[in-house]
Amino acid sequence: MRVMKMQAKFLEVFLESLENFGTLYGPQRKNGVLTWDRLDDIKQLVLGDEHTLIPVKKLFHPKKFSMFNFDEGGFQPDYSVIEKRVVIGVHPCEIHSLLRLDDIFLVAPTDPYYGGLRQSSAIIGFSCLPTENCLCKSTGTDIVEEGFDLFFSNLEDFYLVWIGSSLGYDMIHNREEFFEENVTHDDIQKYLRWRADRDKLYKKSFDFRNMPDLMELSHADEAWNDFGEICISCGQCSMVCPTCNCYNVTDVFDVSNTPSGRRERMWDSCMFVDYSLVAGGHNFRGTRADRLRLWYTHKLKAYGREFGIPGCIGCGRCVETCPVGINVLTVSEALISPEVHIK
Amino acid sequence: MTVVEAIANPFQPEPARVVRQYELIKNHRFFQVRFRDVNRAMAFSYKPGQFVMVSLPGIGEAPFCISSTPSRPGIIEMGIRKTGKLTDALFKKKDNDQIYVRGPYGNGFNLDIMKGKDIIIVAGGLGVMPLRSVLYYVLDNRDDFGRLFFLYGAKTPDEILFKSEFLQLKEREDIDCLYTVDKPTPDWTEHEGVVTKMFSCLPKLDPLNVIAVVAGPPIMYKFVIKELLELKIPKNQIQMTLERRMKCGVGKCGHCALDHLYTCIQGPVFTYWDTLHFKELI
Repeated sequence: MRVMKMQAKFLEVFLESLENFGTLYGPQRKNGVLTWDRLDDIKQLVLGDEHTLIPVKKLFHPKKFSMFNFDEGGFQPDYSVIEKRVVIGVHPCEIHSLLRLDDIFLVAPTDPYYGGLRQSSAIIGFSCLPTENCLCKSTGTDIVEEGFDLFFSNLEDFYLVWIGSSLGYDMIHNREEFFEENVTHDDIQKYLRWRADRDKLYKKSFDFRNMPDLMELSHADEAWNDFGEICISCGQCSMVCPTCNCYNVTDVFDVSNTPSGRRERMWDSCMFVDYSLVAGGHNFRGTRADRLRLWYTHKLKAYGREFGIPGCIGCGRCVETCPVGINVLTVSEALISPEVHIK
Repeated sequence: MTVVEAIANPFQPEPARVVRQYELIKNHRFFQVRFRDVNRAMAFSYKPGQFVMVSLPGIGEAPFCISSTPSRPGIIEMGIRKTGKLTDALFKKKDNDQIYVRGPYGNGFNLDIMKGKDIIIVAGGLGVMPLRSVLYYVLDNRDDFGRLFFLYGAKTPDEILFKSEFLQLKEREDIDCLYTVDKPTPDWTEHEGVVTKMFSCLPKLDPLNVIAVVAGPPIMYKFVIKELLELKIPKNQIQMTLERRMKCGVGKCGHCALDHLYTCIQGPVFTYWDTLHFKELI
């Protein structure tokens, strides 16, 4: 991979220049909440270690959008959600989350909405330092090798800029005056020190590597019932999880005299009681314990296909969000622990 | 928008015409549909056990198994039970009305391993819908298969789906049809009791050379599988088709997740061994 060096003072000007490659998107603070959205001004961009409340998936698998418009003539695809974008400030774990979502949405037959949003969006990754609940060291998602057009490793007075695609190269070439070819021995030493220091900052970890086996072994474990007892089926875990892909589809009529409307897609959660309900009233996952186990099967055992990798990318959002403390840490602890699971 | 136009939209409902529809039994209707586009209609091929997504604009979309056989192309047949908003609206459709269909989806029955083998089809109630497809497929390709046994049970004679059609099948010499009802009426001349009772009527078969195909209400599987295992039929030679909630049919929406599989892709046909191997299937 080609790596260049950029002095920190050029960052803002360079990022602003990326407007030539699409509408700029990035984390910004809205009503006190860090959120992914369109940047009307580069000054709105918040780069840092804090992660957004809702993960970057919302830019690729939007919370709610129209898939089709329908009228008497049939269903016409609505691709208005797709636009050319440059998504700035994506942390390594979130880049991994997109690669996981690719396994679902891009595998044939490709989802044209997610696929279209992916193809028309450039990913500008940024390094970060672990915060309170980061688990990416455990899940092996603290470093990225693919899935970005440019990746900025923040070494304070300068950035190492990893060029991950030809589009990324074009972006650099567009403002090549900001970039230096020669990464010196000292720079490399500085990068290595940064990585070593970063590794020491993790406060939490879990036994992610052994979880697939443990999930198989623990299918009938009492812990699921214990967690089921306290789960309130609120579905927040699915909303904040970067690799929850489930959605529901509903038809909505326009308020008009014609039989026209749109077919909408919106996020769903396997925590909701009607998630597996079929015609005739049979519910394949009537209990919260069953639904929780499905969720954690996808996060800790396998995601998308047999022998696939688990979905968890170690962002720690479930740790921060679940109102009753069910998360990858407490679940994995309960499955490993010889003790009574939860109080 | 050039990026997107290069990707075919797998969710695109395609216009289809209701060729014919009529009541099978109370709250169950039979639909013959055909894609409006004649080339699409004739090129539409599928495997017994696959399903389609049927749409009505403004009402919604749901999966339905195909009840016809691919050996008789051009028309898709479905037997549908009235059970919700979409089926309520479907039941109001008349001949020549427009509906929307996309598919086919799912793995379908494994026909390759059925070739040359004796086939036992066991259907309970509405479970006969996907099995009618495999039944006619075997009859239409009769020389490719060994003996054929068709066991079908319903609650009462009035609830036998395709009754006259299936009773006529008894005239054929290349199939053994065994029909039963839980509650017979005086004019009922076939078997009585649950479907498993008819297993005693089967001749001695080489179990390694038998493929069983099963579909019915969840409660039926347990008892039917017990009988099939007593016949010493290997667990991976018992094929069954499962039902799940689905919103996409192509492995994206997540609703039909089973363990880490998707019913719409790795299923809906699973073997009995699969159900032991992967938890949660039945």
